[in-house]
Amino acid sequence: MNGTGTRARSGLLNLLPLAALVCFLWWAPANLDGYKLRVINLIAINAILGLSLNLIYGMAGMFSLGHAGFMAIGAYVSALLILTPEQKVTMWILEPIAPWLLNLHTPFIVSLVLAGLAAAFVGWLIALPVLRLGGDYLGIATLGFAEIIRILIVNLTPLTNGSLGLKGIPAHTDLWMSYGCFLVILVFVARLMGGNFGNVLRAVRDDEVAARTMGIDTFRVRTLAFTLGCFGAGIGGALMGNLITTIDPKMFMITQTYNLLMIVVVGGLGSITGSVIGSVLVTTMLEWLRFVENPITLGSLHIPGIPGMRMVLFSVLLIAIIIFRREGIMGTREFSWNWFFPPKNAPRALPDEGGRGR
Amino acid sequence: MTLETGLEPESGLESGSGSGKNAILEIEDVTLRFGGLVAVSGLSVRVPEGAITGLIGPNGAGKTTVFNVVTGFYRPTQGSVSFRGRTLTGLPPHKVCEAGLARTFQNIRLFHNETVLENVMIGAHVRQRGKWWQTLVPFAFPGALREEEEIRASSMELLSRLGLAAQAGAVSSSLPYGAQRRLEIARALATRPKFLLLDEPAAGMNPQESAELLGFIRRLRDDFDLTILLIEHDMKVVMGVCEHIWVLDRGMLIAEGPPAEIRLNPRVVEAYLGKDVPAAPPEHAGAWGIE
Repeated sequence: MNGTGTRARSGLLNLLPLAALVCFLWWAPANLDGYKLRVINLIAINAILGLSLNLIYGMAGMFSLGHAGFMAIGAYVSALLILTPEQKVTMWILEPIAPWLLNLHTPFIVSLVLAGLAAAFVGWLIALPVLRLGGDYLGIATLGFAEIIRILIVNLTPLTNGSLGLKGIPAHTDLWMSYGCFLVILVFVARLMGGNFGNVLRAVRDDEVAARTMGIDTFRVRTLAFTLGCFGAGIGGALMGNLITTIDPKMFMITQTYNLLMIVVVGGLGSITGSVIGSVLVTTMLEWLRFVENPITLGSLHIPGIPGMRMVLFSVLLIAIIIFRREGIMGTREFSWNWFFPPKNAPRALPDEGGRGR
Repeated sequence: MTLETGLEPESGLESGSGSGKNAILEIEDVTLRFGGLVAVSGLSVRVPEGAITGLIGPNGAGKTTVFNVVTGFYRPTQGSVSFRGRTLTGLPPHKVCEAGLARTFQNIRLFHNETVLENVMIGAHVRQRGKWWQTLVPFAFPGALREEEEIRASSMELLSRLGLAAQAGAVSSSLPYGAQRRLEIARALATRPKFLLLDEPAAGMNPQESAELLGFIRRLRDDFDLTILLIEHDMKVVMGVCEHIWVLDRGMLIAEGPPAEIRLNPRVVEAYLGKDVPAAPPEHAGAWGIE
């Protein structure tokens, strides 16, 4: 079998889009306006968040609606660690900041990793009681926990500045940072799912009884997948905070989770490639569809701008996808170079690690 | 209906001994109640090492329940299960698998979205020493990567030994029925068991296929050094391949012994056919037993 040869070639071919991406990132800042750059950054961040939610929902089969809560943890941990003491003193006007937190200061990268770890830790704590549930119950329980996290943030004013949120976060998230994190997480998820652990994860999703019979500690595997997904949510949240430079509890409501859910479902549950495509589509569409909220004049017909109209349109698109292509764009398939260059005399559909092309 | 075996079913219930060889699996006085329903009652079974044995009985007799007790899905209300001298009672299913017991299911339970090869690789995972995070940094842990390759290769080899190599890349749910049964066995073998529990391996097979199954089960035992306990309704298979048979009816052991004795045992015939039916030749008893 020429499996190693195919893999080496795929590895080489992966360098092509990578090089194209690097060129684009180098070209973009000087040639695109701030708005477009913001959207391009958001694509990478949403891809990270989509991948992490897909790991939980698509690959391990746990319906989780708690992603916004874990994002919030990441965003707050990161922001609190990089704001300077002077900024913190001026910002906490309702109640004084907790003294131990005032002088806590770390470089951005450290804060990013700690943000992921903090979200993962909270995710792990929540997983222990919640993952004994299945299906819709799990969705409701995780939704509840995400709300608890948000309410805690609103009320723990000495730590979080409450509903006023945090402002003036240094804009550490540039294209290099967001796409760098995206690529690292993409490769990690692809390697994870390409190895036998990926098979095990899918086995737990498909048939828990059979998986347990095959010697798989399904609870441990699901807890692990959930914790890893929460780590990704924390990283994504931290990057988001450093992109927008201001965070407040309202950012992390259930609508944020729905957006991510849309990315995962549109792309295809269980497909890494799908989440990336879904992120590109959903993020750009959410922005592009803003035009329907402006006043439109078609000849003599004058339509006044209605705020929220794009969400209506988006819902229609989503319904169309659910009706006509329920499995999403990719289904559970992955991108593979073998699509373009079918390997000679290799068995059909030999499982290979795809999804690293983009 | 004469009792030709010389074996009192009641005494069999007490002793529950297999043949003289060492027992690899010992089920001792196991009772399982679901509320008021007694699914298994005072069952004792000693399966000798290296034997092919059968567990039979009419529908609802509690055969699959016994499998579920042995593999850790149910905890017996009373009694104990031990395997190679180690007690299994109370262990979760994945620990039972680690201990060396593998099983198949009455209604095939493959991982439907996975390929044939992946199904077998999932079975091999229980013996995998590398950790999940080691594959994330392959340059630091070349051993973990090599192990993955070995698992892939040995799974392929297992598939070719069971005649499934050509379908390795196909999605498991696309296989024909008989091949799915074989794949389920291949997946169980990938866990490197010492003991294999087969739940109705001949279900849904035509006479030709079930005739082939006899030789297949024997080869499994010899090639993989296994002890096999199977549940089966197809009497040709049971009588053809089993060295020792236990008969359950309504959760109770009503007979045990070699096939020649079981087929003549009036209580077995009665359990299958009812009391007032004139004694039928045992082959027909088998036909009646099929769902």
